[in-house]
Amino acid sequence: MPLGLLKYGFASKYPARRDIPAPKDLNKSYDVVIIGAGGHGLSTAYHLARYHGITNVAVLDKGYIGGGNTARNTAVVRSNYISPEAVAFYKASVELFKNLANELGYNQMYSQRGQLTLAHSDASVRTFTLRAEVNKHLGVRSEMVDRKQIREIVPCLNMGKNMRFPIQAGLWHRDGGTARHDSIAWGYAMRAAQMGVEIHQRTEVTGVNINAGKVTAIETNRGTIQCNHAIQAVAGMSSVVAKMAGIQLPIRSYPLQAMVTQPVKPFLDPLVSSAGLHAYVSQTARGEIVIGGGSDPYELYSTRSTLDLKESLIAHTLELFPFFAELKLLRQWAGITDMTPDYSPIMGESPVKNYWLDAGWGTWGFKATPISGKCMAETIAQEKTAAMIQPFHLDRFKTFKLSNEAGATAASH
Amino acid sequence: MDTQINRLPASTGLYVDHNESITFSFEGKNYTGLAGDTIASALAANNVWLLSRSFKYHRPRGVMSMAGLEADTLVQLDGEPNVAADRRKITPNLQVSGQNYNGSLEKDKNANMGAFSKFMPVGFYYKAFFRPKGIWQKFWEPVVRKRAGLGKIDFNSPHSYFDKCYKFCDVAVIGSGPAGLSAALIAAKAGTEVILIEQESLLGGSLNYSRFDAEGKVASATRNELLEAVVAQPNIEVLTNAVCNAWFADNWLPIIQGNRMYKLRAKEMVLASGKMEQPAIFHNNDLPGILLGSAAQRLIRLYAVRPGQRAVILTANDDGYATALDLLENGVEIAAIADLRPSPIATPIYEQINNNGVSIFAGHTVYAAAARSDKNHIQSVELREIIGQGQCKNESKHFDCDLLCVSIGFTPTYQLALQSGGKISYDDETARFSISQLPKSFHLAGAVNGFNKLSSLLDSGNQTGKAVCDNLGLDTKGITSQQTMSSTSNTYGNHPWPIFPHPKGKEFVDLDEDLQYADIVNACKDGYSEIELVKRYSTVGMGPSQGRHSALATARLVANETQRSVAEVGVTTARPPFRAEKLGVIAGRSFEPERLTAIHHRHKELGAQMITAGVWWRPGYYGQPKNRDQCIRDENLVIRNNVGLIDVSTLGGLEVRGPDAAEFLNRMYTFAYAKQKIGMSRYLLMTNPAGTIIDDGVACRFSDEHFYVTATTGGVDNVYRTMLWWNTQWRLDVDITNVTAAYAGINIAGPNSREVLHKVCNDIDLSPEGFPYLAVREGTVAHIPARLLRVGFVGELGYEIHVPASQGEALWDALLEVGKEHNIQPVGIEAQRLLRLEKGHIIVSQDTDAMTTPQEVRMTWAIAKKKPFFVGGRSLQLIDNHPSDRKLVGFIIEASQNESPKESNIILDGNNIVGHITSVAYSPSLNKIIGLAFAKADTEPGMQISIKLSSGMVIQAQVVEMPFYDPENKRQEM
Repeated sequence: MPLGLLKYGFASKYPARRDIPAPKDLNKSYDVVIIGAGGHGLSTAYHLARYHGITNVAVLDKGYIGGGNTARNTAVVRSNYISPEAVAFYKASVELFKNLANELGYNQMYSQRGQLTLAHSDASVRTFTLRAEVNKHLGVRSEMVDRKQIREIVPCLNMGKNMRFPIQAGLWHRDGGTARHDSIAWGYAMRAAQMGVEIHQRTEVTGVNINAGKVTAIETNRGTIQCNHAIQAVAGMSSVVAKMAGIQLPIRSYPLQAMVTQPVKPFLDPLVSSAGLHAYVSQTARGEIVIGGGSDPYELYSTRSTLDLKESLIAHTLELFPFFAELKLLRQWAGITDMTPDYSPIMGESPVKNYWLDAGWGTWGFKATPISGKCMAETIAQEKTAAMIQPFHLDRFKTFKLSNEAGATAASH
Repeated sequence: MDTQINRLPASTGLYVDHNESITFSFEGKNYTGLAGDTIASALAANNVWLLSRSFKYHRPRGVMSMAGLEADTLVQLDGEPNVAADRRKITPNLQVSGQNYNGSLEKDKNANMGAFSKFMPVGFYYKAFFRPKGIWQKFWEPVVRKRAGLGKIDFNSPHSYFDKCYKFCDVAVIGSGPAGLSAALIAAKAGTEVILIEQESLLGGSLNYSRFDAEGKVASATRNELLEAVVAQPNIEVLTNAVCNAWFADNWLPIIQGNRMYKLRAKEMVLASGKMEQPAIFHNNDLPGILLGSAAQRLIRLYAVRPGQRAVILTANDDGYATALDLLENGVEIAAIADLRPSPIATPIYEQINNNGVSIFAGHTVYAAAARSDKNHIQSVELREIIGQGQCKNESKHFDCDLLCVSIGFTPTYQLALQSGGKISYDDETARFSISQLPKSFHLAGAVNGFNKLSSLLDSGNQTGKAVCDNLGLDTKGITSQQTMSSTSNTYGNHPWPIFPHPKGKEFVDLDEDLQYADIVNACKDGYSEIELVKRYSTVGMGPSQGRHSALATARLVANETQRSVAEVGVTTARPPFRAEKLGVIAGRSFEPERLTAIHHRHKELGAQMITAGVWWRPGYYGQPKNRDQCIRDENLVIRNNVGLIDVSTLGGLEVRGPDAAEFLNRMYTFAYAKQKIGMSRYLLMTNPAGTIIDDGVACRFSDEHFYVTATTGGVDNVYRTMLWWNTQWRLDVDITNVTAAYAGINIAGPNSREVLHKVCNDIDLSPEGFPYLAVREGTVAHIPARLLRVGFVGELGYEIHVPASQGEALWDALLEVGKEHNIQPVGIEAQRLLRLEKGHIIVSQDTDAMTTPQEVRMTWAIAKKKPFFVGGRSLQLIDNHPSDRKLVGFIIEASQNESPKESNIILDGNNIVGHITSVAYSPSLNKIIGLAFAKADTEPGMQISIKLSSGMVIQAQVVEMPFYDPENKRQEM
């Protein structure tokens, strides 16, 4: 029994710790308005307050804290990307994850259980090998493993040659892991609020006021608030919100389905994904099996569940784990993925002065939550795009200096 | 010996056959039940109530709803975890055990976990277990993980057969209670095709187990009348044991019946799913022996099981009194009735109980339940008088009992309605949820819409049936609804606050998750006051029952704690599925297509090692895996020095015909085709709008208006789709057909190929002048009509021969036969890859990635500069102003015994990654290692590049001009 829990056992009255501040009125103006109280927005708020002394900050959300993709993702944390800039970025994020609970005083249950990505084709073997080589060079723990090693890592995988696309090899990423996704947002919210940041739930942004090319105020359903800086961190709605500021983003938004089974006794520690089968599987701390797949094949802003993708995804999952046939699905849900042409985010400056972008998070937003907040806070404080996220600048689509992650995302989440 | 001490006589028990006994085992002990029994009902007949241990505190748990709604009835079968014991029927010799215990189910070594609950406040795992850094993963996570989960999965569970079936109908009616039956009858009489879906094995819903009148007669009479009418209706199709498990857009309904999933598209949807009785919240409200009133009624009427010997009833409506009557009639003593209402309404049912001399305590609640000495069953209850919301006097009355029946209110079975976009609201007056804002083709009927009296349920069904017909434009004026007996005026209702906190806690709001009253309240105190946050922070509603028994209470508690209305707080998003569904059912039969070329069986006979190429199977090489490298070298040299056959059937083939055919290709591909000569081929390079290379091939012009276009094996389907997509906008006069599978293709290549071909091809002038390099011809080969392409992918004299797929094997046989004297050999895809590498030809998607432009692979020669437009052209112009940092170069390394570079090894400039190897192989023709790699854009032949090998060693390679082999291209043009 950890000491931290003793006070709860012996207190006569519940010693409540107010993590999320109570609702209050909006001020007339703030130094920084953050649109979106998800992981990224709250991480930015925390880093502004903690490392840059900027606390006159309002974080706005049309719904509840962490209710967008922070709530809907499948909680994979990894850094086995393919481009050097992305590997460096996500590696820095993994480093922050390692210390997050202790920095915030809030347990995110981060655990590096390792991620195994399976290759069923020569093309996948080549791409994974490249990722392993790039990762190793940059100090990320990734290696190619053969069928024998795969059997040792996940003994219950179907290694049969009678599989339609037999498993040829795998990319074993020891730094891969998972964390309790909601609690990332809550931990940042708690610490940011303690330092004076205001968090306003049920506060919907309806417009962005610009004067002489600079953002001046944010309109909401609760009134207009002046601001010196504004940042949007609204994964799934990036294009819609950017349009309020007159900015067109090269983003297409697709629903992404995920699902979870009833809990069973733990048997699967690593996270397993398959590029060819567009499926990824992990077992939560509660014993549920989380299953995710590729995006629905059409653009949509609805997070309703769909049947067709569930059918094909589960069929593919059973290729990997045939005995899952007797498991029972408990719940399916969906999030909206903002896909960019190069599968990398769009971060930093926008065409509107002091209006900052944290967008284009496709299926890779959760794992970047700590580092994005750090970089965006630095960007706002210095009024200049931070060096680490320079490769993710919006202008890259004009100069064709794209950051190609097509080979390392897709269904590896 | 029959131990079914709770079995009632044969006059009751709709589902069971009193003449057929079935023996099964639970926890290693044999029991006898009846055919039709569920696991839970059979065990209850044997007076076994303890089924499982709870998720967190390992508390003893049993059935509560008898409707498969809660986690506590989940049991373990051989090979199948988490089986709902109150839904799964027993079968002979079925082996059943409880779940989530350490030691034995009856004496769980972890049963004392609940004693530490004060040290495990809501969200306790967020508040601790992380100091010092890293301790969570090292120590605590394994501890928690050991205790997580419920049932055990079996890696070797036998593979069942699952399948799917499509269905269509005018009206889908979900639920066959009084409302569903009436609605179905009206709709069917109006001439619609109706599918009636019932999750139980018999139609009737609440008519099968509920009591609607003091005499206990009206339910079965109504049921018989309605069912007779349904049977007489030919256009009602009945699916029993079938669960409509979700609502997807436009009434797209997955109906699961056993191992089959029907996918039903219904024009109109009637949800008559009824209501779910709710538990009350008091100390030890989770003990086995505490049942919902409806569960007791189900046990009696459906399964002929007496739910106990001596009962206490906690109620706030007439249902509790109806249950009491049912119990009395079946030999159960009633110790007391606690009615939450200060002054119950004297309905006939109430009067009958009152006249029976049963003690009724108005304005009282069950304040606590106590367990018998083994802690595994209820033994007594403590009644207290209510003095305020959730508050009681200190004096108590104790009653011994082995059964407590709870009837204090309901929620509508609203899941499908909410999935369809319906909104939930709460009426403070009636303390009930209601649903509104449904799609136009989605209708509610009966209890799910707030009706309770039998006459109202029937009326509601009739009204809904008419509304459905109105939507379908059908006249219902002449249609009479079924004449049914009128029922007595029962009162039904929800008590607004059946929640009684206790100093010792253990008043469970969510039994799945062992969440007590304080957990929900304290979640709000910690700031998690939005209902979704309460759920995520406390885990309320996240368990197997998905909030079916906790959503209402949680909404009330949160509303009270945060001074909002219940309507404002609401419930969490309803998501599919309604019931947990087997993954096998969702997957169905696995349909993973495989494509075989027309020559597939010949390859196998020749000992080919087949490899996948997309969905195709292709010969990798011919010979034993242990000789792989040697086989590939030999096959390479066959083509270089003699003659070989390569099956190229998987290459994409597209017919492009019409007056605008050349213009169409001009727009789709980077090169120019308007002036291409008839009888000649020309290279094709396709880019996407961003200027990225996505495919290549050749265009063969057979007439002014006819091109035969090839594409890559893996790319052709996308090329075809892309072509159709663009031409939907362009509206060019062109017809595009994907003929990939209609043709087999064989590449006969090597210096002796002309001589061999000549023996079976007499109607084409094969001379270098008559059929030069890059020309295409039509004629016959071995009497088979054929298209011949002189292309140079492998860099030798060669002909691709395309014939109808049905003739592929005959052509292969003929060429092998006439080639015998030249010792012709089959050649696989691996050797072909090597041959093309020697010629420096790229393979799209191997030597290009999702960003590669023609500039980067030095193929600007394939871009026609004067065309007004092609897909990607504008981007390529822009890219000219922003040159890439990298380009593809050819390199060589002297062959040696040391570690050789591999594909995907990285190229370094200093310590910076500037590219990687895309293709590399030992060339037997050149006796060197040759390869293609992305390197810095200013890399030129004669320079060195640094390759980091997989071992970490860095070696130098010489950049050279390409092609590596036959730089003057003389051999392919012979």
